[in-house]
Amino acid sequence: MEGPVIELAGVKKSFGPVDVLKGIDLKAYAGRVLALVGDNGAGKSTLIKGLSGVQPFDEGVVKFDGQEVNITTPRGASALGIEVVYQDLALCENLDIVQNMFLGHEEMLTGTLHEAEMELLATKALQSLSVRTVKSVRQKVSSLSGGQRQTVAIARSVLREAKLVILDEPTAALGVAQTEQVLNLVRRLADNGVAVIIISHNLSDVFKVCDDIAVLYLGRLVAQVKTSETNSTEVISYITGAKTQEGEGK
Amino acid sequence: MSNEVTSLASGHEGTLKDQFSAYLSRLRAGEMGSLPAVVAAVVLALIFEIASPFFFTKLNFTNMFVQAAELTMLSAALVFVILLAEIDLSAGVTAGVAMAVWIVLMKYLAMNWILALILAFAAGLLIGWIIGFMVAKIGVPSFVVTLAFFLGFQGMQLVLLGEGGLYRVEVPEILAIMNSNMPGWAGWALIAACAVTMALLAVWDRGRRSRKGLVNKPISILIIKIIAVVVLGGVAVFIMNDNRSQGAIPIAGVPIVVPITVAILFIGSFVLDRTKFGRHLYAVGGNPEAARRAGIKVAKIRIYAFMICAFLAVVSGIFHSSRIGNVDGSAGHTIVLSGVAAAVVGGVSLFGGRGKLSHAAIGAIVITMIDNGLGLLQMPAGISFLITGSVLLLAATIDALARNRGGVINRN
Repeated sequence: MEGPVIELAGVKKSFGPVDVLKGIDLKAYAGRVLALVGDNGAGKSTLIKGLSGVQPFDEGVVKFDGQEVNITTPRGASALGIEVVYQDLALCENLDIVQNMFLGHEEMLTGTLHEAEMELLATKALQSLSVRTVKSVRQKVSSLSGGQRQTVAIARSVLREAKLVILDEPTAALGVAQTEQVLNLVRRLADNGVAVIIISHNLSDVFKVCDDIAVLYLGRLVAQVKTSETNSTEVISYITGAKTQEGEGK
Repeated sequence: MSNEVTSLASGHEGTLKDQFSAYLSRLRAGEMGSLPAVVAAVVLALIFEIASPFFFTKLNFTNMFVQAAELTMLSAALVFVILLAEIDLSAGVTAGVAMAVWIVLMKYLAMNWILALILAFAAGLLIGWIIGFMVAKIGVPSFVVTLAFFLGFQGMQLVLLGEGGLYRVEVPEILAIMNSNMPGWAGWALIAACAVTMALLAVWDRGRRSRKGLVNKPISILIIKIIAVVVLGGVAVFIMNDNRSQGAIPIAGVPIVVPITVAILFIGSFVLDRTKFGRHLYAVGGNPEAARRAGIKVAKIRIYAFMICAFLAVVSGIFHSSRIGNVDGSAGHTIVLSGVAAAVVGGVSLFGGRGKLSHAAIGAIVITMIDNGLGLLQMPAGISFLITGSVLLLAATIDALARNRGGVINRN
């Protein structure tokens, strides 16, 4: 296996007197989907906010493609090739799919928006994920279903040629069929050579699509295991703190 | 990645008939744009034509364009902030203050009128910047900031002009805007320029799409649009080029304010539709948080929008001073609400993110027609206010219902 796309070592973050991350070591590899699970307050969101530059880490080493980096702003993360798909998706409903996919990164030609180029690239990005559920790439996002919106948000990261895509609860608000579609999309994203991190509460989703599972418990990484080498009972005992990788109980 | 050019649709496919049925389904989905306002304008024109023999005279027809120009400009100014779901209640008094600055610089410092006008625009931009800064950086709601300016600037006008101060505008170039007409050929040239510009822009867009191997809409749509502009514009120019004077001296030609207004609306629409700034303005209006996460400098966009609003409001102030021929301390106190009404009636959404400058122009024509028509019928002013208020309420209701239809409210 190649080296990890992203590698965290001893990452810490505290808010005032509260230590939320107490030294996290984590690796994510190209072409693999890593699930980040843990109970509420385990530190999942804080970890993601650090990786996306929204709330930089206090301490620790972050290596991207083997190089030590310092991610301090969302722009900096984006420039490295880290894209985050948020739970609330952050799409503009009044704009169409193409406009949303290029928002903030518009293609220009002689000082004006190059709509044709953007439409073509957006279409190609959607096709690379085998998206067929969208009627027209010029549809307004307000007319899309939850699953279609998730599709647009994920396709946007393909467009940016992201090396690491982080998905925050991508299936939380979706029905059964749409969840299936989005999970297939996540799989194809990884098959295209992207490192994917998914935050999820839904273990059945996790076991369906993820290659590795990392479990956070009260600000510590208590386990990072291959999905094929574990089962949901074991993962639940990690999540609830009943078990750690070093040994049973504490 | 697939090498196939496209299999996903883009809305450009199909015949004229397909495009028309796609338009109908957009209407059903609540994306009505300015259609209700256009229908209202036609209905009002028919009603007033039946009720008053003066409504469709050449003189009144031309007068309505002149009256509507001032409101169109203020409404277009407001569109830039309404698109952000903000409001600028002080747009009218900002114009009033800028005009007061202009006249005072000329009267007391004997300044050249053009230099004074540049400084008046600068004053407008400064006011816009201050409002934008208060809203975007400090976080005071725009309603409150601009309400404060609305009150404060009425005082500023009195301070600059003195109690009851009234100064005549003695600059022929400014007076000409609303009171003089172009020669007959210039009216036709204006129509030709509009048609050629439309054609060139379309050729430009189609060329870009073709070079990328993308489908274009049927060219018949473009031809129909250009013919519509030429025919409607041609009829208007034909009427305005005819002598409309009831006295001995003939009056004919398209008022000078018309090409100025058309040019400003064109530039503004170009900025909104085809530049990065325009795209980001719509994005901030639609979902500020999404815009911020996409790396857009939201505060900067907001500040620019308030500055553009103030700038265009000053243009509207110039139109006003040109029309009434003087600058006084009460200018711009009431027009701002009509400006908001015109934008909303024309189809600009108060919820932000939806609307165009052309909507403001159509809305301004509707509001002007109501005012003008009821005046001709010698209705008391009270009735005019009541009807304009009802139309605004109706338009805002349509806006809210269309938003519901789009499913925005149900999801939140």
